[in-house]
Amino acid sequence: MKILVCITHVPDTTSRIAFTDGDTKFDSNGVQYIIGPYDDYAVARAVELKESQGATITVVNVGRVETEPTIRKALAIGADDAIRINAEPEDSYFVAKQIANVAKDSGYDLILMGRESIDFNGGVVHGIVGELLEIPSVSSVMKLDIDGNVAKIAREIEGGKEYIELEMPFVAGCQEPIAEWKIPNMRGIMTARSKPLNVVDPVDTDHLDKLVRFELPPPKGDIKMIDPEHMEELVSLLKNEAKVL
Amino acid sequence: MSKEATVVNENNAMIRDMIRDFAEKEIRPHMRVWDETQEFPVPLFRKMGALGLMGVLVPHEYDGSGFGYQEYVTVISEIARVDGSIGLSVAAHNSLCTGHLLQFGNEAQKKKWLPKLASGEWIGAWGLTEPNTGSDAARMNTVAVKDGDYYVINGSKNFITHGKSGDIFVVIVRTGEKGDSRGMTAFSIVKGTPGFSSGRKEDKLGMRASETTELIFEDCRVHKDNMIGAEGEGFIQSLKVLDGGRISIAALALGIARGALEASIIYAGQRHQFGKPIASFQGISFKLADMATKIEAAELLTRRAAELKDNHQPVTKESAMAKYYASEIAVEVSTEAVQIFGGYGYTKDYPVEKYYRDSKLCTIGEGTTEIQKIVISRSILA
Repeated sequence: MKILVCITHVPDTTSRIAFTDGDTKFDSNGVQYIIGPYDDYAVARAVELKESQGATITVVNVGRVETEPTIRKALAIGADDAIRINAEPEDSYFVAKQIANVAKDSGYDLILMGRESIDFNGGVVHGIVGELLEIPSVSSVMKLDIDGNVAKIAREIEGGKEYIELEMPFVAGCQEPIAEWKIPNMRGIMTARSKPLNVVDPVDTDHLDKLVRFELPPPKGDIKMIDPEHMEELVSLLKNEAKVL
Repeated sequence: MSKEATVVNENNAMIRDMIRDFAEKEIRPHMRVWDETQEFPVPLFRKMGALGLMGVLVPHEYDGSGFGYQEYVTVISEIARVDGSIGLSVAAHNSLCTGHLLQFGNEAQKKKWLPKLASGEWIGAWGLTEPNTGSDAARMNTVAVKDGDYYVINGSKNFITHGKSGDIFVVIVRTGEKGDSRGMTAFSIVKGTPGFSSGRKEDKLGMRASETTELIFEDCRVHKDNMIGAEGEGFIQSLKVLDGGRISIAALALGIARGALEASIIYAGQRHQFGKPIASFQGISFKLADMATKIEAAELLTRRAAELKDNHQPVTKESAMAKYYASEIAVEVSTEAVQIFGGYGYTKDYPVEKYYRDSKLCTIGEGTTEIQKIVISRSILA
């Protein structure tokens, strides 16, 4: 089985978010980057499938050279090789087009990724990749088992789960608890550097949209501490000031 | 920055993240119970073995992780940043027992024991200190007398990390004249060997999840194949093992100090007095500045010693300096941390009293501060 796992290189969940250039550019100053948490689950499930039934795992990322440490972390966790498509991941369509281009003639049985990135939260790349490759795509995949050529999947739907079966190849947007989350071991960290990391040029892609600007949520108001003895004051504030009661 | 330094930095960043993720899940939730009950959590060490943390310096051919001292410093300091006692046990396992076998064991011994130690299947212990010979280790009383193909060992060792839960012990015992630096020999002894047992477990001020016990030898017969290196070389070997061990303790102290500083920074930002965070008072912010500066200096000394060790350069003076300085500042920084936390710092509900207790071991274990000063002064006066 050949698995392609698409990973994002995103700010750590505790990062302080700011913008520059008239709110049109993310300020990456001092930001620590991680593998997108949903993508991390996709990597972990791919490694589990490799361990249980044998597979080769390629990770792919659309990004500049600074994403390589993040890519090597996926190699340390257990991927066999990696592809970096040397371009800024400008929007979902651009990223999907790049992924589809490297995947189209490579015969992957499974293309896994997180259900969404945690920076721009588009949640559409898996759908577009499926469409471009003319194969099915499913998302919010919480469980993924492979039996022969058939995948048995549980998806999260509003208020419950949906169980489906489909034949490979397909694209899946993954989320927990699809796999036991994995941390690399020392051997993995050491061997990550000796695994192939191939850099390829992007293909020309139309821009279907244009960024106007970003906006941060309004800052949180000051916290008012109310003495537990004065419940009536709390109720009055919740009613009249916060207007939540 | 050289390419090599970039690789070391990236590896260290990955190791740091890995240990932080592991420690938050597997250590922090349990450490208070382990500390209070003095429980040595053996299953945790098996898990750390699976991650490759029990054979950091052991080459791949013996199933180790094959890293150098720079990465080893990261491992020990990151574990100690959360729990010093777990850091201490990982350090003792890696650099003392495993380190002694790795440096001085013959090929058969290495093939037989290193894979078990590196995987965490076996926990290693190392015995030099005795009840009456601590700093003056060369005057040890535990003796091994040759009897055919065997040596018969009698005596006791104390303050031995993993003395009860250890599976293999490297012990240095006297085979010659008392006080003769060539009168001692190292043997490895496997748990369950007749005549070998563990004695009392110490009830300690800090480092309480790290087990410390006495070892007792009563006509314990050890085959000559278990001798490490040649007869009479044990003490010389142990000094070399301790050169690396000092980097371990420096890293341990560094991690404890960093944990105490990080907790202090968070607390000083959250704790309000007189209508503002206490971090906004110079009395507190200057303390934090001093703590951070000392930690930075300790890290530079420790990294310098690690670099020399990785390049196979003499490291006795530099590792003693790193151990001396890092351990002293770990005590100072954790003491200031308790002060910043005030009354809460004195309670077990807050993390810093444990750093304060744990840090003190660092100025004592594997050579006291005073012994480090002897080592340093001999080196600069030579």
